Amino acid sequence: MNYFYTLFNLFSPVVSLSGTPVPRDIPLPLPLPEGVLVVLLVLSFLLHILFVNLMLGGSILTLWAEIRGRKQPEYDLLAREIADTTTVNKSLAVVLGVAPLLTINALYTVFFYSSNALTGTLWISIVPLVTAAFLLLYFHKFTWERYKEKKGFHISINAAAVAVLLLVPLIFLTNINLMLFPERWGEVKGFFSAMVMANVLPRYLHFLCASLAVTGLFLFGYMRRKGYGYEVLKRWYGLAFGASLAQLGLGPLNFFTLPWHAVNWTLVYVFLPGIGFAVTAMVLMWRELKGPKEKLGKLFYPIVIVLTLTVLFMGTARHVYRAAALAPHQENIKKSEIR
Amino acid sequence: MDFPIFHLDLIGNRMLIAFIGILHVMINHALAVGFIPVVTLLEYFGYRKQKYTPEEAGQWDELARKMMFVAFIVTTSIGALTGVGIWFSVALVNPDAIGSLIRVFYGAWFTEWVVFVLEVVFVMIYFLRWKKSNQSPQAKKRHIQFGAFLTVFSWLTVAIIVAILGFMMTPGNWLTNRSFLSGVANPLYIPQLYFRTPLAMMLGGAFALFLVLIFLKKGNIIREKAVSYLSLWLLIWTPVCAVGALLYRAMIPKAMLGNLPTAVATMAFLKWYDSLLEVIIGAAVLSFLVALWGFLKPKRLPRAALIVPLIALFLFLGSFERIREFLRKPFVIGDYMYANGLRVENYPAYKKDGILPHAVYVSTPHVTEENKIEAGKNVFMLACSRCHTLNGVNSVVTKFRNRTAPGDALNADAMKNYIPKMHKVWYYMPPFPGNAAELDALAAFILDADKHPRPLEGAQTEGTSISPAHTVGAVLNKRLKDSGS
Repeated sequence: MNYFYTLFNLFSPVVSLSGTPVPRDIPLPLPLPEGVLVVLLVLSFLLHILFVNLMLGGSILTLWAEIRGRKQPEYDLLAREIADTTTVNKSLAVVLGVAPLLTINALYTVFFYSSNALTGTLWISIVPLVTAAFLLLYFHKFTWERYKEKKGFHISINAAAVAVLLLVPLIFLTNINLMLFPERWGEVKGFFSAMVMANVLPRYLHFLCASLAVTGLFLFGYMRRKGYGYEVLKRWYGLAFGASLAQLGLGPLNFFTLPWHAVNWTLVYVFLPGIGFAVTAMVLMWRELKGPKEKLGKLFYPIVIVLTLTVLFMGTARHVYRAAALAPHQENIKKSEIR
Repeated sequence: MDFPIFHLDLIGNRMLIAFIGILHVMINHALAVGFIPVVTLLEYFGYRKQKYTPEEAGQWDELARKMMFVAFIVTTSIGALTGVGIWFSVALVNPDAIGSLIRVFYGAWFTEWVVFVLEVVFVMIYFLRWKKSNQSPQAKKRHIQFGAFLTVFSWLTVAIIVAILGFMMTPGNWLTNRSFLSGVANPLYIPQLYFRTPLAMMLGGAFALFLVLIFLKKGNIIREKAVSYLSLWLLIWTPVCAVGALLYRAMIPKAMLGNLPTAVATMAFLKWYDSLLEVIIGAAVLSFLVALWGFLKPKRLPRAALIVPLIALFLFLGSFERIREFLRKPFVIGDYMYANGLRVENYPAYKKDGILPHAVYVSTPHVTEENKIEAGKNVFMLACSRCHTLNGVNSVVTKFRNRTAPGDALNADAMKNYIPKMHKVWYYMPPFPGNAAELDALAAFILDADKHPRPLEGAQTEGTSISPAHTVGAVLNKRLKDSGS
């Protein structure tokens, strides 16, 4: 890994002595031991992001199904069924976001608040943007009958919500990415200069694909309970499988665009089992897709369990990278405080 | 000092927080905490009338369901997002303050979060299962019990957050004994909770009254009864709220007036306090009178009057929040941190060395003759910009213009004389933290901004500078020097 480190440092921005700030931390003790806060942060974030995935994936799939529904009416019913889940999932997505927000505030105060300020305009816009998206989702959900004859308009309400919901994660990712690299803070001039940093777009695509995979699996489970037939259910498996397949390409892209100074062996050790579980889940999905009709869904719970493990490992890896990226800065802060 | 500075020079940073915060508290009180019990009661009326007047029963149930629909939509979108928005905005505007509060109140906010998650789940169940609950009396009964349960939960979220709000005004024993419990047990907790609860109930009733105006047309068989019952609800809670207000009012001066530095400041405060009190009393009386009218003569009450209690009570609430916000000033955390985010304990060092050498994100670590205007801008951003703008709301330039004869140029000496003393006149202002050179630079900057108006951008647009005194290189140098000596 040292070899990689040297090699890639040639290409990554060198941590400059004069351009890296050393702020002071808030002079009050952490409310809980650091390890406990880290566990809370990782777990509560994963729970939050699960519902964010379902909200985004659900609204995108509603859009797709309602458009198809203009020619094939059964898709319109399907769209309606998906939309019903989205408005519930979106409420949980927001409220579950508070715990990781609170915890990251406590754990990484100087880093998180600084990147907030540097991306402030778009960061605070999240509040009106998400509010608008939610109101549009409700408007869409409760006007299905009223705009039966004005389908184009009805679809465009949801399309507007989807457009906003696609923008918001990009703002989050830009901020959370910028937080990791205090050595770059001096260069940032507004949100867009932070958005184009190397790793943001690959992370964004990785997230979008995860949304589709998770929603595919969720809709399989949900619609099976509702008694939908083989064709519909198989489609959701297909989506989950296809999106996971794309992750095999996007995951490495995400990994290799990480600034390498914070890549370490621990990260690799956490990633490898994660990838192993992901591949296992895909094999199981493939067996479901190719298996006999009447056996469809037999492996659903094993798939859910294996994918949950994947997500736990990926979420942990995400934290391992963050900890490694921030470690030298935290060290400097500590050193400077002993004056 | 330790964060790049976000700044909104048009509306001012305070306005951002105030707008989001007031919107949130209005929705929370009028559409959740005080509203859920009203909806549950209306649903209960419908249930009770099932036996004797089934045609009315359906109407009551439908009214309650429609009201809940409004609450459901608004609370799970604007309500939820303004709640998160408070976090976002305070972290942008005053990271030192919210960072400190979270270190102390993590447990309270985490508990609040758990209660809040459950509340959202319950709100969804309550609303989304409404139509199903009409299938049998047993299901209806369970649904109503669920509404009662939800009422308690909504109130719990307020009970927790009030501890934190009270703490910001009067940290009680926390300053000497920094524990979570001593923060929660601060002297304003019970009075504020006691005051806020009936106020929320009144707001919920007033909002329901407003919705009656929209949902029930004249001639509807339950319209008069609905107006009358909801008026009664308002009438019942008004005296409870009045007692709470008196209790709260009695506690505040004890907690706050001792902090005011001069007799002039105390008098200025009392004058202002009384003028806002007039608004509060006026609003309460107005809503009481309309409620009385609605209760006694529901048929005669004009439609337009139904909105009066809501507007009056929103004014009431707004004034109350303003008093609360004002009372804690000049501090953001009483006796610990000033509203500008600087800690009281650091003031002696700032006065001696200046604030610039201690600031991480400034382009000028010291004032020199060449960088004076730029240094003055940095002092302004560090010491003044949390409450003041350069050109917008509460602009410093305008403040000094107003103290100067029309047509005259601003006078730097007059400013330099005034700034170190202003906190004695305006009790809600923190003292100027910097040294003489910084005062000079600040005056030069304001003077220059008056002569040559220019925009002032925050870190969100123009990025941030890193002081050469606070870089990794500087820390290493210092360590090398220390180990050498």
